[in-house]
Amino acid sequence: MKRADRIARTLLVLLALVGASHAVRAGDDQRRSAVAPLPAYQQECAACHVAFPPGMLPPDSWRRLLNDLPHHFGTDASLDSATVIELAGWLGANSGAYKRVRAAPPEDRITKSAWFVRKHDEVPTAAWQRAAVKSPANCTACHAQAGQGDFNEHTVRIPR
Amino acid sequence: MNCSLSMRLAGATLIAAFAGTAQASPADLQAAYAALGATTAVPDRGQQLFTTRHGREWSCSTCHGAVPTQAGRHASTGKPIAPLAPAVNPERFVDAAKTEKWFRRNCNDVMGRECSAAEKADVISWLRTLQ
Repeated sequence: MKRADRIARTLLVLLALVGASHAVRAGDDQRRSAVAPLPAYQQECAACHVAFPPGMLPPDSWRRLLNDLPHHFGTDASLDSATVIELAGWLGANSGAYKRVRAAPPEDRITKSAWFVRKHDEVPTAAWQRAAVKSPANCTACHAQAGQGDFNEHTVRIPR
Repeated sequence: MNCSLSMRLAGATLIAAFAGTAQASPADLQAAYAALGATTAVPDRGQQLFTTRHGREWSCSTCHGAVPTQAGRHASTGKPIAPLAPAVNPERFVDAAKTEKWFRRNCNDVMGRECSAAEKADVISWLRTLQ
């Protein structure tokens, strides 16, 4: 009896742990997407790339990016200062301040964040180079709903 | 005040006025840029500027396509870009501030400098010939 008790108790603890970690993950995903959108962000930033959820970078990274828009990953993304201020307020308020995102990634690139690399470690190297993908920053190539902040891995379709 | 200077002032005033509130038309913006540049727009010159590289990695058509009545694709992010020719995309060249912003950024990327008013007039005039 005692042994069965122990097994049952261990199972319960394991289940609770799995549930807790699942809840934390769901929390992370929500924090990344459940943010009231800012029209200026959609209009200005999402003109050239998917509207990356602000929670995917820490405040320091957003600050550096906004301070150097004329040299934005090889292109001139300069904006008038009023718009930059508006974006800075919104990105700062909604930036990632929780565990995985807290450390600024190399070059302030979302795609070089440790969590990004880990989450994509099953994607074959060749897939990144396909014409339809082109760049790891092209989220919508595989995450069709990325523009709406939905990165659910169950709906991922890697183009051939 | 000589004629060319007054034309330029008229062009600058037009661009400023269009940037303020009301919608402009592609013809309005072309006229304003031509006045600013004290020139007449030449579509062929606009096509030449648009489709050739200027000592750098990209031309305008790298992202917008050589025939911008069709959608293009951003050279680094892969994001689709709606057609640039106003005949097929009525949202193009109707907002002076937006037009200025994109000329500033994209001429910098393609040519390493801003485009002159005359060059902007040429490009718009060529795009307006596309159906």
